[in-house]
Amino acid sequence: MSTDTDPSQGFADEIVRKDNAENRRVRRGLFGCAAITVLTTVAIFVVLIDNAFGFFFDVRLYEATLQGGATQQITFTEYFTGARWAPSHSTPDFGILPLINGTLMVTVGAAFVSIPIGTATAIYLSEYARPEVRSKLKPALEVLAGVPTIVYGFFAISFITPIFIRPFFELFGVRASFFNALAAIIVVGIMTIPMVASISEDAMQAVPDDLRNGAYALGASRHEVSMGVVLPASISGVFASYILAISRAIGETMAVTLAMGAQPRMSLSPLVEMMTMTSFMVSRARGESAVGSIDYQSLFAVGLTLFVMTLAANLLNDYIKRRYREVYQ
Amino acid sequence: MGGDGLFEDVDLTWVKRKGTAFYLLCLASSLFGIVMLGFLILDVLYEAALGPIEFEISLTTFLTDPASRHPEQAGYLGAILGSVWLMVLTVILSFFIGVGSAIYLEEYAPDTRITRLIEANLTNLAGVPSIVYGLLVLAVFVNGFTLGSILLAGSIALALLVMPIIIVSSQEALRAVPSGMRDGSSATGATRWQTIRHVVLPAAIPGIMTGTILALARAIGETAPLIMVGAILSAIRLPSGPFDSFGSMPTQIYYWATAPGPEWGHLAAMAIVVLLAVMLSMNAAAVLLRNRYEKDL
Repeated sequence: MSTDTDPSQGFADEIVRKDNAENRRVRRGLFGCAAITVLTTVAIFVVLIDNAFGFFFDVRLYEATLQGGATQQITFTEYFTGARWAPSHSTPDFGILPLINGTLMVTVGAAFVSIPIGTATAIYLSEYARPEVRSKLKPALEVLAGVPTIVYGFFAISFITPIFIRPFFELFGVRASFFNALAAIIVVGIMTIPMVASISEDAMQAVPDDLRNGAYALGASRHEVSMGVVLPASISGVFASYILAISRAIGETMAVTLAMGAQPRMSLSPLVEMMTMTSFMVSRARGESAVGSIDYQSLFAVGLTLFVMTLAANLLNDYIKRRYREVYQ
Repeated sequence: MGGDGLFEDVDLTWVKRKGTAFYLLCLASSLFGIVMLGFLILDVLYEAALGPIEFEISLTTFLTDPASRHPEQAGYLGAILGSVWLMVLTVILSFFIGVGSAIYLEEYAPDTRITRLIEANLTNLAGVPSIVYGLLVLAVFVNGFTLGSILLAGSIALALLVMPIIIVSSQEALRAVPSGMRDGSSATGATRWQTIRHVVLPAAIPGIMTGTILALARAIGETAPLIMVGAILSAIRLPSGPFDSFGSMPTQIYYWATAPGPEWGHLAAMAIVVLLAVMLSMNAAAVLLRNRYEKDL
């Protein structure tokens, strides 16, 4: 019952052949475009590992492979457990713990701001808000997410610290430094609220109304439905949003650099100046260090550490989404 | 059995109070973000207004001159032009590759391991901190190919940064084209590429443009990657082209915000107003584009 014309006959043959050849060429070209994205990831890995190798061993990885050996100038023990970070000091030390301390301070602190507020916002949007309120609140949150991080940094040093933090702690006789971790925590928390809220809300919206109605039929209040039915049913998406917010806070750079200063320090006080991995990278890039110097290579060692941390968070996010996803039909 | 009903002895006061408290908590949380946004905008406007009023910074100088070491002569034009150049180059570098990748993934890619790898890789790329892209370009282009800290290097970093955003939004735009349109075209004997070119792309292009403009609005405020590739923090002259050294709006804000002395903070605030205005117009353009063409499908 085939209605195909025989392609070996007539003038159409040539056109069909050319069209198909063009289609294949385009397909290959487009595949090349998509491959560039993979190449980018590979390049990030290669560049970071190669230069970080230079930081630890004083020779680049490819040179070491060719020569078959390298002497270690900075031990991994020193790097990962050293409590002093002073790469360009006359007696240099390369312990990354102070930078990790700063990064974790901001990340954990910001999570305490963005997770409760973001989740409550998501519940409000998904369970309480009338459609017209929702349609105004959501774009406003998008604006909050779109503000450049440098602007948040400016907000921190021109408003949060002088008008809010310092007078507040003055009441208790505690002096907060002009650059302090608390300001960074607050602004990074604010900027990650929309991320938690919108992804959590999407997950809550995906919970079918049958579940809610079942609970209402049993006499549950709206509060009980929100906390006892909707939140547990959407928990994988909600967790995914937390991890994304944390990953974003780890890599956050400009707001942190402006708000928190650039003083590497081991401390748990949120009122002192500190340095994160990212703000170290910014301060080092400002100070033109010679290519190949240990100063320059320390950028990549810190960059690799940062990259591995965010990659771990992203992979965990992928895993949770796949493993714990509830499929409702 | 009394006439007042079966549940007259059930006391719901506490349940109701808890419910109200919870509702107020959620409402307050939702408003927190908005209130903070309000504070941020008022703070920036207030600081910006003080510049011309209290420190006699001239608005004309600010908008028509490059930066300077003297606050009263400092302008934003060098940074603005730097950002314009950056955006133009970023679009050229990222648009075609991004849309091409999206077309491949949506229209051609078979469901194989490699395709899934590319898709998974995209989500990961979108989560890479922007400063890492700066580091990549610093090592490969600035020092590897010894291009130096030129405008082109900055735009490569931004292009890599926005690529995942452009790809994902283009994929969504392509997915929104009904498959009936593709089938109709295929039924006339068109090849896959002819279908894409003449049927799918024209239908998807408004969505793709919207996504691209939103991605650029994100890129124009990015600071960290530009600092990493070695942007001049204070643009004291106008950039002459893609191979010139460059400043940009956000790096200029960083420079002014950290400079000692009270005038600089106001310059930073004025610069933020300009940056936010540009971003807002880009977002408005994207929304207009979406509303104008979305219904036609």
